[in-house]
Amino acid sequence: MTIYDLTLAELRARLDNRELSAVEVTNAYLSRIAATNPAVNAFITVCSDTAIAEAQAADQALAIGEVTPLTGLPIAVKDIFNTAGLRTTCASRILGNYISPYDATVISRIKEQKAVIIGKLNMDEFAMGSSNENSAFGAVHNPWNLKHVPGGSSGGSAACVAARQAVAALGTDTGGSIRQPASHCSVVGMKPTYGRVSRYGVVAYASSLDQVGPITRNVRDCALLLQAIAGHDPADSTSVNTPVPDYQAGLTGDLKGLRIGLPQEYFIEGLDNDVRKAVEQATATYRDLGAEVVEVSLPHTAYAVACYYLIATAEASSNLARYDGVRYGLRADNAENLIDMYMQSRAAGFGAEVKRRIMLGTYALSSGYYDAYYLKAQKVRTLIRQDFLDAFEKVDTLLTPVAPTPAFALGEKLNDPLQMYLSDIYTIPANLAGTCAISLPCGFSANNLPIGLQLIGKPFDEMTLLRTAHAFEQATEWHKRKPDF
Amino acid sequence: MIQRYETVIGLEVHVQLTTNTKIFCSCSTEFGQTPNSQTCPVCLGLPGALPVLNRKAVEFAIKTGLATNCRIAPRSIFARKNYFYPDLPKGYQISQFELPVCEHGWLDIELEGGDSKRIGITRAHMEEDAGKLIHGDKPEAAGSSLVDLNRACTPLLEIVSEPDMRSSEEAIAYLKKLHQIVVYLGVCDGNLEEGSFRCDANVSVRPYGQEAFGTRAELKNINSFRFIKQAIEYEVERQIDLIEGGGKVIQETRLFDSNTGMTQSMRGKEEAHDYRYFPDPDLVPLVISQEWIEQVRATLPELPDAKRARFVEELGLSAYDAEVLAADRALADYFDACVMLAKDAKTCANWIMGDVLRKLKETGESIADVPVSPQLLNGLMARIADNTISGKIAKTVFEKMWQSGQTADQIINAEGLKQVTDTGEIEVLVDEVIAANPDQVAEYLGGKDKLIGFFVGKVMQASQGKANPGMVNQLLKKKLTGN
Repeated sequence: MTIYDLTLAELRARLDNRELSAVEVTNAYLSRIAATNPAVNAFITVCSDTAIAEAQAADQALAIGEVTPLTGLPIAVKDIFNTAGLRTTCASRILGNYISPYDATVISRIKEQKAVIIGKLNMDEFAMGSSNENSAFGAVHNPWNLKHVPGGSSGGSAACVAARQAVAALGTDTGGSIRQPASHCSVVGMKPTYGRVSRYGVVAYASSLDQVGPITRNVRDCALLLQAIAGHDPADSTSVNTPVPDYQAGLTGDLKGLRIGLPQEYFIEGLDNDVRKAVEQATATYRDLGAEVVEVSLPHTAYAVACYYLIATAEASSNLARYDGVRYGLRADNAENLIDMYMQSRAAGFGAEVKRRIMLGTYALSSGYYDAYYLKAQKVRTLIRQDFLDAFEKVDTLLTPVAPTPAFALGEKLNDPLQMYLSDIYTIPANLAGTCAISLPCGFSANNLPIGLQLIGKPFDEMTLLRTAHAFEQATEWHKRKPDF
Repeated sequence: MIQRYETVIGLEVHVQLTTNTKIFCSCSTEFGQTPNSQTCPVCLGLPGALPVLNRKAVEFAIKTGLATNCRIAPRSIFARKNYFYPDLPKGYQISQFELPVCEHGWLDIELEGGDSKRIGITRAHMEEDAGKLIHGDKPEAAGSSLVDLNRACTPLLEIVSEPDMRSSEEAIAYLKKLHQIVVYLGVCDGNLEEGSFRCDANVSVRPYGQEAFGTRAELKNINSFRFIKQAIEYEVERQIDLIEGGGKVIQETRLFDSNTGMTQSMRGKEEAHDYRYFPDPDLVPLVISQEWIEQVRATLPELPDAKRARFVEELGLSAYDAEVLAADRALADYFDACVMLAKDAKTCANWIMGDVLRKLKETGESIADVPVSPQLLNGLMARIADNTISGKIAKTVFEKMWQSGQTADQIINAEGLKQVTDTGEIEVLVDEVIAANPDQVAEYLGGKDKLIGFFVGKVMQASQGKANPGMVNQLLKKKLTGN
């Protein structure tokens, strides 16, 4: 078995028994990236030099027995995380040359564990998109079929894990940005509960929805990486101070007494037949594993996408105001005055989708429209959250598709934003409700494109999600398939 | 001409809170440092940085709210006020909009003639300050504009009054009262010139008897009490002239120019601003428990009004003396400390308002570092009371005390300033003076009683000020009239 086919947990064992060194592992990945990235374009920045230095430091730590769960493991991170001394672009021209002076909290946490940061991953600009086509650094290609999108916005994160360019990756999920690409690339991706992982140092798209999460090859790796990044951070007022359980210890395979709900509103027109079949099959697997499956209702589901595109864009319009060319980032050269400098810098720095969302959000917050749009959307959001809390009175977890279709072709929806927005129809509600959800491989379409299964859990009950996902993984082979690449 | 228009004034005061660190990060708030040296990712508005509320700033807001009779909101919300300007690093200011921390307060101001008037306080909300721009007209900017973000993110409390004031005098009385309170509380250094206490005035006029308010102008850029008065008065006149001339007042922001004493329209900049306020998703609602409010209430000092009343009612001071002594918290504390030791409040007040304040003014020192402590001053007053020294000698002792920090007794002994109370010794001097001035003696005996002062002066001079003046007086009278 080649080094880059090993999982996080397998690599951990081989580093610990000195079968492999961190430098060997890192070099193997750097070669793999060099060989495959021209086709996939998952990386914006490959950290060759710093990665080797970090691997050497990890080897020294290993030599003296200072081992943490992530010591020496090469991890790639979405280019939305601030990394001190490294370029942090958010896949935008406006931050094309921006070098952050500080580390995001999650970066500090994995650095403290002496993980090796192997590179910064491509994404939709400012995390706005569902196909990873909105990047100033070019589209990412799906390793399962290079003519197809990997999903977005964490398209680079999912593609790089699927293409064996890193053992695991960190992404962010605002409306499905971890789960949808994970499903399109047949990897595991989790959006933890809002407040579970610090947002400090994560370039903000929609602050009340953004959440950091792991993208990995299997559920155990997901638990391992979540363990490293979860927990209260005093620098993020919205991070919640509640204990972090031992996630790996929860992977028991035991589903006895587990109640799974199928939200009827999720199995509707527009759901691709192959996806429907794969999800139904997964449901049957869960019954076989001893779980009880019941139908539940989330009555306000139909309003989720509209609600999301008001709240997310409203917050984005404000969050992105800081890119004004005054202190950092792109600044227009020939501006005649201040207003002209703002307009020219932002016109040149932002891509079309970002501009569209800034305009939508500005409109939704404008005086005279605020009540009808932003405020109304907040009220709808409360109802959607209540739907989930009601459902969780009856069941432990919800089982749904991740995306209505497998990965679509590059360019297919680029000129139809509404169709593009609808590809997040099943993932958006969990963000609005602020709860946790995971995507894991559950099949392939007729034309061999991956299909994902979504489990949505109670707030701060990532443990049940991981246990439920892990049991499915143990009973199936989908996660063992890898792209012929 | 009979005044046909009534002035209506509402004030918005930005109080800079004197916390050591900024409101949403831990950078220092120290004034006058190297530009941009007091900054971090949060106050620079770098991508990904997040605000964390400074608890001390909240405490100061509660304090101010309680002292201005406000209701402290059990739950208040921070909101984003969105606009672009180079001194605003995030492109929005974190402020409070719909649910401010304090509401429904009031202050009583004293009017001429002794009446008082209650001015309503609509609300007080917390917010962050913006940075500072240095424009091309300053040498260091040389044709461009420079941004200094040291001040960005320092805590402000914006206190908004009701439009309850009807003259510039009332406005000034309100401002001085508010200023005194925030300085007393120690939540603001009160420095108007450095911008620690900034005032915007909303001014309108309406014909007497009309209920609806006239259209208001908002006056900005005023950094002294005198200028605020000037600006309001100019603006009132301008609006009346405009209306009388058939024109209409338009709602706008006007800048006061202290060189011309006029206000000028800031046209364009503020026009049709839509700040798109919405709750800041990076901050959780600010929850203030009743327990916390009570804890803060327990730390409130006695406020100027209460102090003044106590000085008059319990210590028997005149209204004027009470006003002067209560105006400054440190001075009032000094006075209270003296009274505690000396008991005789009136004498303490006289010494403090006379010699102590005079010396402070001369030396430019503040009461906080006055070299004559209450203990020293009390020692001096005690020696006057027990006739060890005269009031006149006491002035000399006070001067030396100020220079050296020695006690009255040390100075009196070292300089031999002890009052002469020995009748025999004084009698000798009295006899000498009478003998040396026969003409004056004759005049005195002829009915010119006032000359007694002349004789007293001569004897005191002869004793080098040390004779007890009361005894001198008594002996002189006895010897001159021969009984």
